[in-house]
Amino acid sequence: MNGYGGNILRVNLTTGGITREATPPELARDYLGGRGFGIYFLLKEVPRGADPLGPENKLIVSPGPLSGMLAAGGGKCDWTCKAPLTGGYASASMGGHFTAELKYAGLDSIILEGVSSKPVYVFIDDKKSELRDAAEYWGQGAVDVEKELKDKFGEEFQIAVIGPAGEKAVSFAHINHDFGRQAGRGGVGAVMGSKNVKAIVVRGTRSVPVADLDAYRKAGMALYKACKEAEGLKEWTSYGTTIVVSWCDEAGALPTRNFSAGSFEDAKTLYGPYMREKIVVTDKGCFGCPCPCGKYSKVKKYNAYAEGPEYETIGLLGSNVGISDIEAVAYANLLCDNLGIDTISAGNVIGWAMECYEKGILTKQDTGGLDLKFGNIDATFKLIEMIAKKEGLGALLADGVKKASQKIGKGSEKFAIQVKGMEQSGYATHNATSMLLAYMTCDVGAHHNRAWAITYDIQVGREKVVPEKVARVIWLQNFRPMFDVLGACRLQWVELGIDRELYIPLLESITGIKRSWEDLEKVGERIWNLTRLYWVRENADFGRAWDMPPARFYTEAPTSGTTKGQITKFEDVNRLLDMYYEQRGWDSNGLPIPETMEKLGIKQEMVA
Amino acid sequence: MRLYVDSKKCSGCNACRVACSLSVFGENNPKKASLVIEPHFPAPGEYIVRVCTQCGECAAVCPTEAIKQDAQGAYYVDFAECNLCEACVPVCPEGVMFVRTELANTAWKCTSCGDCVAVCGTSALWLAEVETETA
Repeated sequence: MNGYGGNILRVNLTTGGITREATPPELARDYLGGRGFGIYFLLKEVPRGADPLGPENKLIVSPGPLSGMLAAGGGKCDWTCKAPLTGGYASASMGGHFTAELKYAGLDSIILEGVSSKPVYVFIDDKKSELRDAAEYWGQGAVDVEKELKDKFGEEFQIAVIGPAGEKAVSFAHINHDFGRQAGRGGVGAVMGSKNVKAIVVRGTRSVPVADLDAYRKAGMALYKACKEAEGLKEWTSYGTTIVVSWCDEAGALPTRNFSAGSFEDAKTLYGPYMREKIVVTDKGCFGCPCPCGKYSKVKKYNAYAEGPEYETIGLLGSNVGISDIEAVAYANLLCDNLGIDTISAGNVIGWAMECYEKGILTKQDTGGLDLKFGNIDATFKLIEMIAKKEGLGALLADGVKKASQKIGKGSEKFAIQVKGMEQSGYATHNATSMLLAYMTCDVGAHHNRAWAITYDIQVGREKVVPEKVARVIWLQNFRPMFDVLGACRLQWVELGIDRELYIPLLESITGIKRSWEDLEKVGERIWNLTRLYWVRENADFGRAWDMPPARFYTEAPTSGTTKGQITKFEDVNRLLDMYYEQRGWDSNGLPIPETMEKLGIKQEMVA
Repeated sequence: MRLYVDSKKCSGCNACRVACSLSVFGENNPKKASLVIEPHFPAPGEYIVRVCTQCGECAAVCPTEAIKQDAQGAYYVDFAECNLCEACVPVCPEGVMFVRTELANTAWKCTSCGDCVAVCGTSALWLAEVETETA
């Protein structure tokens, strides 16, 4: 099948049986790939009410039709499962070189199902696939194991691996790859760990067929040419996502001391140019990327090498915990990578614990003697380790900020910065109503990448609550995740301003099917509704209350920084949701109405 | 003309290797590329890129004279005449002469076509005249 590996690899860990099934052409036609395949298999194969950490849950990793191709940024794969962190939908995008390798091994998805009786890793070398004993790697760090497996099998093999946190089912455990790329959010690493799978090792040497070779080379070259000629290429590539640290700081969007403010008085030493000068040793690109945002650093102070840190980690494990030392942030990043936890959730939940400590809700007795004040670097390092190992206070925090705050109580729920149980990522939204709505309605919880609408807030007036803002969020949510479906990165479009029409002839030349962006956005809208219906299916009381933002953003204005004194009105939160539901074709409780489902070709039995 | 590289600028993305396999074989398969990227991680955190210098050592030892020179002076493999003897592989000083029979029924090498240069976003690769040593 043109543009595809052609096979689904089903790994039954309970029986040890591995089968290759032909990828159904209609699946490729209707869901395209990536997170489209993920939600298809999740709805179809994981029974309602499945325990996220039990044998019924499945972990599905899928490249897309642009993965591994002459497509600028075709280095993304999607990891889908039921989320241990939220009890809803998890879809984590991972860059690096793993997705291309899956494609060359002839794979469009790997479905991990059941539970192995002992630690194993999945070994795939083209058509050969088997489970191998992972006893010697169990308990070891993700970065360390990747290095061992690379040394054992060679550079041609790509490896996705969990750390100890995934083994111990930390609810925001991640999957690590390429020494610092992650499938980060929702606890996908805990699901892999619950199945007793330490790693997936893959090599593929097959050529990927395309529909029209000449048109493909021409379209691929045109996309690269546009990227290379883009005005912002040099600056973007120099700093990657850290380019926005200063912008966010100035805009009042940089999460600071558990999102109590959006500007950090000591942020200058976290800014991109400072970091580049101080610690970066090389750019580190995902597969096929002409504008690599990945930075790789030598952290002299801690005698270590670390990927990044990128913006999110700087925001959450820097300013959000009151740390301004970029080397400390980079080292915290490495600790999280090796232990196997998501830096976003980690920095968020540690920020919450620090606020609890400073308010006297948690005491030194609770923290195991740690002086958990904002800015305490050693305490942050220690707490990361305690979370990953579920020791002491770390065991509480390992369940995520929502559950931890419900357990501790004493008003701490009000400053638990989460939606649907997922810790909010790196944008403070006291006064940025599009971005706030994007977080409220994001399909995995409070994550930014579906609709990065904060620049639109600045453009049209951040406090405004108007239908245009809602329409913008919806458009972004339908459009941007299509990159996760296609198996490519969106940043060439976002950051270099590449004309998205360049992808159209490329996709057609690869798959042989002509699709416009209008067609693709319809697929995106359909997937958005399917994921919404997954939440509905899994949670009897799912509805409007699940879309409410962290109370902080409508109750407590920052006392410093750009957004000092600014806040979103509670009535505006509800107005945003009313408009959003109406424009989406959902009822006032946020559930898709039958007409909307019919329009999108979603049959009740698909989501029952 | 030959290919030059500044490894310090390489980010390891492999776009060059996809473009190369498309140019040499008309296939999307970087395992069939004519240049090599060696990542060195986690330490010291660098990519080393090896490219063909068009030195001609491969052609000099080829018993079937399958490795020929084009009008621009670049050596290329005439696939029809390669007998897979592998004599060319060990003599390549850069390690970029390839015989992998599980992948292709011929030896292959860089033809200095420049497609890799066209897709390299960090400008790590470029084409220029072969520098000749002066006495």
